[in-house]
Amino acid sequence: MRIRYFAWLKQRVGRGEEEIELPAEVRTVGDLKAWLGARHPRFAEACAATGVVKAAVDHEFAEDDRPLAGAREVAFFPPVTGG
Amino acid sequence: MTVRVVDGPFDPWAELAAFCRGRTEAGAVASFTGLVRGEHGGERILAMTLEHYPGMTERQLARLETEARARWPLADVLVVHRVGRMLPGEPIVLVATASAHRAAALEACAFLIDWLKTKAPFWKLEETPSGERWVQARSEDERAAARWER
Repeated sequence: MRIRYFAWLKQRVGRGEEEIELPAEVRTVGDLKAWLGARHPRFAEACAATGVVKAAVDHEFAEDDRPLAGAREVAFFPPVTGG
Repeated sequence: MTVRVVDGPFDPWAELAAFCRGRTEAGAVASFTGLVRGEHGGERILAMTLEHYPGMTERQLARLETEARARWPLADVLVVHRVGRMLPGEPIVLVATASAHRAAALEACAFLIDWLKTKAPFWKLEETPSGERWVQARSEDERAAARWER
């Protein structure tokens, strides 16, 4: 599975993307946040602040309870600021 | 309908001219043009860089357009959003709507820019005399988008 990071989250994690082998116990977006947090402490720090880290699964916004089965790409980013 | 992400300068007024050209079915064209501000929170802005999520951006913009068309009788929609580095005064976004009458065109245009600001994956990085900073999401933008929720 491909993981992508954007904006200041990319700077915190120190990379824009990575490929991971999803462990069987990581079933939802929330599980994935916790699992990635163990690898990237600064990602865990960002996730600890409510509402700061948003997620998308295969280009669709996703909440923490969204299942990951069949997903190819998961992205994490701060609230959007376009327009 | 057209939704475009461009990585260089664009001319909103030329875009609007092309959008209106030869159009006879719509009596109303409404538009919003966003420009890069030269000041934010009392600090001078030297430049702004727009990052986005290619693929998701286009999908979310297309979804906004579908939603606008479901709510108002629109003859056409145009959304152009610039990404990359730009300078104060330069256009960053253009939204235009065409409809038979003005109410639908004006409302749909306001809806599109309000939702774009909260639902399309763009992020602004400002360059100021004291360094770079990522722009924080504004609660005013959330409220503006929420008024269109059903």
